[in-house]
Amino acid sequence: MEKVLTKDLQPGGMPLDLKGYEKAGGYQGLRKALKMTPKEVVEVIKNSGLRGRGGAGFPTGMKWSFVPTGKDAPHPKYLCANADEMEPGTFKDRLLMESTPHQLIEGMIVAAYAIEADVAYIFLRGEYIVAAERLRKALAEAYENNCLGKNILGSGYNLDMHLHLSGGRYMCGEETGLLNALEGKRANPRTKPPFPQTSGLFGKPTIVQNVETLCNIHHIVNNGPDWFKGLSKSDDGGTKIYGASGKVKRPGLWELPMGTTIREILEEHAGGMKEGLKFRGLLPGGASTDFLVEEHLDVKMDFNEVQKAGSRMGTGTMVVLDDRTCPVGMVHNLEHFFAQESCGWCTPCWSGLSWAEKMLKGLEEGQGQESDLDRLAFVCRFAAPGNTFCALAPGAVEPLQSALKYFREDFERHVREKRCPWR
Amino acid sequence: MAKIWVDDKWYEVGADQSLLEACLELGFDLPYFCWHPALGSVGACRQCAVKQYRDEKDTRGRLVMSCMTPASEGARISIKDADAASFRAGVVEGLMQNHPHDCPVCDEGGECHLQDMTVMTGHNYRQTTYPKRTFRNQNLGPLINHEMNRCIQCYRCVRYYREYAGGRDLDAFASRNQVFFGRHQEGTLQNEFAGNLVEICPTGVFTDKTLKKHYTRKWDLQMAPSVCVHCGLGCNTTAAERYGSLRRILNRYNGHVNGYFLCDRGRFGYEFVRGEQRIKQTLARQDGKLKPLPKAKAIEQLGRVLPGNQKVIGIGSPRASLEANFALRTLVGPERFFSGMSDQGSHLVSLMEEILRQGPARTPSLSEIEISDAVLVLGEDVTNVAPRIALALRQSVRQQPMEFTDKLKIPRWLDHAVREAIQDVKGPLFIAAPSATRLDDAATATYRAAPDDLARLGFAIAHALDPQAPDVPDLAAGARSLAEQIAAALKSAKRPLVISGPSSSSAAVIEAAANVARGLAKAGQAVGLAFTMPEANSLGANLMGGGDLSAAFKAVEEGRADTVIILENDLYLKAPAAAVDRFLDAARHVIAIDYLSTPTVAKSELALPAGAFAESDGTLVSSEGRAQRFFQAYIPKDDIQQSWRWLIEMMRAAGRSEAESWSTLDDVIAALAQGISALAKITEAAPSAKFRKLGEKIARAPNRYSGRTSMLANINVSEPKPPDDPDSALAFSMEGYQEHPPPSLTPFFWAPGWNSIQSLNKFQSEIKGPLRGGDPGVRLIEPPETANGSFFSSVPKPFAARPEEWLLVPLYHIFGSEELSRQAPAVAELAPKPYLAVNSEDAAHLQVQAGDQIEVNLAGTAHRLPVAIHPDLPKGIAGFPAGVVSLEGTGLLAWSKLSRL
Repeated sequence: MEKVLTKDLQPGGMPLDLKGYEKAGGYQGLRKALKMTPKEVVEVIKNSGLRGRGGAGFPTGMKWSFVPTGKDAPHPKYLCANADEMEPGTFKDRLLMESTPHQLIEGMIVAAYAIEADVAYIFLRGEYIVAAERLRKALAEAYENNCLGKNILGSGYNLDMHLHLSGGRYMCGEETGLLNALEGKRANPRTKPPFPQTSGLFGKPTIVQNVETLCNIHHIVNNGPDWFKGLSKSDDGGTKIYGASGKVKRPGLWELPMGTTIREILEEHAGGMKEGLKFRGLLPGGASTDFLVEEHLDVKMDFNEVQKAGSRMGTGTMVVLDDRTCPVGMVHNLEHFFAQESCGWCTPCWSGLSWAEKMLKGLEEGQGQESDLDRLAFVCRFAAPGNTFCALAPGAVEPLQSALKYFREDFERHVREKRCPWR
Repeated sequence: MAKIWVDDKWYEVGADQSLLEACLELGFDLPYFCWHPALGSVGACRQCAVKQYRDEKDTRGRLVMSCMTPASEGARISIKDADAASFRAGVVEGLMQNHPHDCPVCDEGGECHLQDMTVMTGHNYRQTTYPKRTFRNQNLGPLINHEMNRCIQCYRCVRYYREYAGGRDLDAFASRNQVFFGRHQEGTLQNEFAGNLVEICPTGVFTDKTLKKHYTRKWDLQMAPSVCVHCGLGCNTTAAERYGSLRRILNRYNGHVNGYFLCDRGRFGYEFVRGEQRIKQTLARQDGKLKPLPKAKAIEQLGRVLPGNQKVIGIGSPRASLEANFALRTLVGPERFFSGMSDQGSHLVSLMEEILRQGPARTPSLSEIEISDAVLVLGEDVTNVAPRIALALRQSVRQQPMEFTDKLKIPRWLDHAVREAIQDVKGPLFIAAPSATRLDDAATATYRAAPDDLARLGFAIAHALDPQAPDVPDLAAGARSLAEQIAAALKSAKRPLVISGPSSSSAAVIEAAANVARGLAKAGQAVGLAFTMPEANSLGANLMGGGDLSAAFKAVEEGRADTVIILENDLYLKAPAAAVDRFLDAARHVIAIDYLSTPTVAKSELALPAGAFAESDGTLVSSEGRAQRFFQAYIPKDDIQQSWRWLIEMMRAAGRSEAESWSTLDDVIAALAQGISALAKITEAAPSAKFRKLGEKIARAPNRYSGRTSMLANINVSEPKPPDDPDSALAFSMEGYQEHPPPSLTPFFWAPGWNSIQSLNKFQSEIKGPLRGGDPGVRLIEPPETANGSFFSSVPKPFAARPEEWLLVPLYHIFGSEELSRQAPAVAELAPKPYLAVNSEDAAHLQVQAGDQIEVNLAGTAHRLPVAIHPDLPKGIAGFPAGVVSLEGTGLLAWSKLSRL
C-alpha cells in the first residue's frame, strides 16, 4: 500500500531538513503548482475529491472556490493551518508536524497560492512545543531557500508564513474561534454566514484548513486527482491517518487507505484489546463523536459510511472503551472537558454542558436519580445541531447521547446501586 | 416589504430585518435576551428560537434563532410549535441554573426582563439540586451597582459598553458557565455612558446605585415624561417619584432624539433635586439674613414692592422653561426683560440661531447625527459638553464601513458579522478642539489649537470646498493639507455633518463652521449643522428675546431700574463677581426665584422656592430647535411651586390684568404662542390638559402601584383624594388611562407581560423607529427652501503665544462643568478637582510641576490653582475646568499672567 503523508517518516521521528526533504521529492509539488495558474490548482484539488480532515469533511476545493479572486478581491487574503489539535484522543497532526514539518509548509504554500493569499498562519496548539520548534526551524529554512517570502522560487508570488502558538482553548480549534483568537480576541465562534472565505481573519477572505488536509495538497498537485482517488478504498479520495487509543494492545497511528474498516484498524493495526479485556465500544473520530459498538466493526472508516452508522468519522482517531472501564465515568470525564472548554457564548453549551457534567458527577458519586437520565437526554436534545451557536456542544453531547443509547443499563445501575459499580 | 407566515397566518413585514424584529413589530410575544434593538443580533442566548419551515409542504421544520434569520419573502415560521416552545423554556431553565432567585431583594425586581421572559416561556421549577456558581462583585464607582451572581451571560453589557459606547474598562473574563463581566480590577467605570448598563442588563447585575440609596420598585413609582436639563440636547427622560421625592431618572425613548440611551450626567444628575442646596421655603431678608417667611407674607411683601413700580426688570434664564421666562417677560414687559445669558453667551447663541434660521444647512436630530457618514467637530469636546452626541458619533463612524458590508450582503442587524468584517475601519470623523477629547480614539484625524486657529482651519476647509469662501492667509502647511483632507472627506460623503458650538468662546469658530456647512450645501449636499448650546433652554431663551446681562446691569446703574426679579439664574456664573455684586448691591429690591440656594439667591431680599424640573411643567427648546414639554412627576412639598406660578402670583400682586386669565399651563402656553411668533408651534409639543383618552386622564402610576391606600394610613385610614392636575392631561394616580398614551404624555413604558424597559417594542411603530403616534417634540427652526446669505468673511489672525501671558480656555467635564448636576453627590464625586492646565513646555518655562500652586490674575482678582500638565494643550494656552473653577464668569477668553507660588 502506498504511503503518502508518512512516507518520509524517519526512524526516531526526527524530521528531514529542507535538503533532505527536497532529496526525497519535496517542494516538487510547489514547483509544479507555481507553473500553473491558481485557478488550475483549485480545479485539481476540486477534482481530487479531497475532504477536510479536521472532522467535518467539507470538500476542500469547493471551499477554496468561494474565496473572491481577481483584481477586485480584497487583500491581504489569509490561509490558516488549524494545528490546534485539542480533540481528546487525537494526535495525528502532531505526528505530521513533528516529523514532516516541511510537508505542512509546502502544502500550505500551494494552498495559499491557489487562493492567492498574502499571509499564512500556522495556529498551533500551545502545548505542541516540539512541533513548534521543528516548524520554526523549517520555516526559517523555507525562507532561506526562497520557498517563502518575496518572489517565491522566481514565480513572482509572495507569501509570508507565521507560526502562532495558541493560548490553549479547545474552542480555538473551531475555525472562527481560531480567527478571533488569532486577532487577539476571545475565542468565541463567529456568525456564519458570512463564512471566513469571504470575511475571515481581520475581515478579509480566509481559508482555515486542518493540518492533515494541507499536507495532502502538493501531493495531489504533483500526482494528479486520479492518483489521489486511487489511493482510497471508498468514495472519499486519498489515504487517512487513523489512530487508536484506549486499552488496545498497540495504540498508535497508521496511514491507511481511506475507507479501511474499523475492524481492520482495531484488530490488525492496533492488535485488538489487551489481554483479558473485552471491547465494548469506541468513539470513532475523537471525543466528540457518537459511540459505535460491536455491530459497527465492519463499517468503513470514511465520512459517509460512519455517518450512516450513526456517528462521524471526525478526526479518524478512535478512542476504545473496554469492559473494565465505567462508561459513565468515561462520559463524565469527557463532559467535564467539554463543559470546561465551552467558551460561554451560547446557553445550551455553557449551561447545558455544565449541567450534564454535574449530573454525571452525581451519578458517579452515587447521588444520581432516575430522572437524571431524562435530564441528560434533555441536555442532548437541547444542545443538538442548530440549537447552539457552533459545533462544540452538539459534538460534546454525541458521546453522551450514544452512551445513553448503548450503555443505558450502566447508567441505571449507577442510580439503582447509588454508586459506581466499577469502583 | 416581505410577506411572511407566522403560525399559518401571513403578514406584511418591513424588509431588512430579522424574524425576531418582525415578530415583535407584529406584536408577538417572543422572548429574547442577547438581542437589543440598538445592538442588533448575535445569537448568543438562543432564547428566541422558532420553528422554520421550508415551504407549506414541510411539516417537520427546524429550529432557528429568529434573531439570526432574515424575515425574507415567503418565510414560514411557528412561534407556538411545541418543540420551539419547549426549547425556549429549556433556555430559561438553563439560564436559571445558576441564577440566585433573589428577586425579593433585587433592585431589578418588578421591571426585570429575566422575570418577564421566565414567565413568558412558562419555566417554573428548578430541577437541579447542584450548587450554583458564585462570583465576587466589584465596586464600580458611585453610579453603578454590581451583582454578578444574577448574570445570565447574555453579553449585552460588554457589547454595549465596548462595541457601542467605545468603553474599554468592562470586559468578559473567563469562560464556560463562569464568564465574569466586570473590570480587570475594582474601580469606577470610565465610560461616560456606563449608566445605560442599568437598562441594557436584562437582569439585576448592573443597577442604579443612586436609586439604591432611596430605593423604590417601579410599580411604586409615580412617573412623568420629562426632559433632561443637564445640557442643551433635550434627551427625553422619565422622572420617577415616591413619597414626595425624586427617586430616579430613566431613559425615555425618543426615536429622533436620544433613542435608547442617556449619558451619565443626564441619568445621575437628578439628585440635585433631593439635595441640601434646595430652597424649600419662602425666604426673606430679616436682620441681614435670609429667614423663612410664610408664603402669604411674601406675597404681601410683593404687593408692596411691585404695584405701580416702573423700575422693575426681569432677568430670565436659559435653564428655565419657556413658560417661566414668558411669565417673567409678561410681568416686566418685553423691553425690561433680559434673557439671563452672559454677554458672550447671548452673543454666540444669537449668532448660532441666526445661522440655523438662515440656512442653508439644517440642524440634525441626534438620530440623524448617528447616521452621518462624515463629520467635522470644530471647537467642541462633545463628550463633555453635549455628551449624547459623542455616543451618536461613535455610531456615525460605522456608516461608511457598513457600505462595504452591504456589498458582502451582510445584513446590518447581524451585528457581530458586520463588526468582524469592518474590524477597526472607521469612517471620516475629524475633531478640532483646544485639547484632547474623549472621542479622539474614533477620529480619523485630530487638530489641537487655540480657538482662533480652530476657526482658521474651519475657514480653510470652507475655502477648499468653495473658492468663493474666504481664504486663510498664512496658514501653516500642515493645517492646509488637513483642511484639504477634511474638505475632500466631507465632499464625498452622502450625509456630511458639521458640529460646532460656543465652547471655544469664539464667534469665529462658529462662523467658520457655518462656512463649511454653506460650502457643502452650495455643492448640493444635504449637510447637517449641529450646534451645542450652553444650557437646557438656551435656544428657547434666545428665541424669547431680551437683552444681555450688561444691558440689565446698565439699567440699574443708570437708575432706570431698581427692582430686579431673577428667575432660576445664578448671575455669578454669567458675569464677573465684582460686576454682579455692584449690580445686586445697587438694586433696591432683588427677588430671586430658584430651586437651589445659589450665591445670587443669597444676595436677594426675597427668595421664592421654585419647582425643579421634576416638580414643574413647561417647555424647553433643545439645541436641535426641538420644543419639548416636560411634566411634573409630583407636586412639590412645602412652599415650592413652579416658577411660572410664582410669576402669576407676582402679576396678581402687581395688579396685572393678564393674571386674571392665566391659571393653568395651557393659558401661559396659549399667550406665549400668540405673543412670540417664533415659538408659536410650541402648542404642538404635547396635547393640552384637556386631552383625554377613552374619557380618562393618563395615569402617572402603573397599575400595580402598591400601598396607595396605605401610604398615609399612619395619619388617616381614609384615603385622601389624589391632587388635581390642572396643567396636564396626566393624573397623580394609578387611576386613569394606562395603555398607549400619546408619546409626549407617556409617563412610563409598560405592557402586559413586559414590566421592564424592553416593553418599548410595544410602543414603537417599528423597532428602533418612531414611537406610535410620532416622536415627541416639534421643530421650531427649519431653513428656507432656497437659502440666501453669504460666507462669513472675518478670518481671525493666527494665534500667537505671548511671552509671559497665557490665554485662559475653559475645558469641559461631563461631571462638574454643569451647574445643576454638580450638586448631585454621585456626580460631584466624579468631578475633577480644580486645576490650571498647561503643556509640558509651558510648565517647564514657568518652572512648575503638576500639583504646584500657580496664581492667575484676572481683572484684579487673584485665583490660586494647582498645576496640571496636559501635554496635548497648545503652547501659550492654559486650561481650567469649566464650572469647577469659576474665573470671573466662565466662558471668557482672557489673557492672564501666571505666577508660580
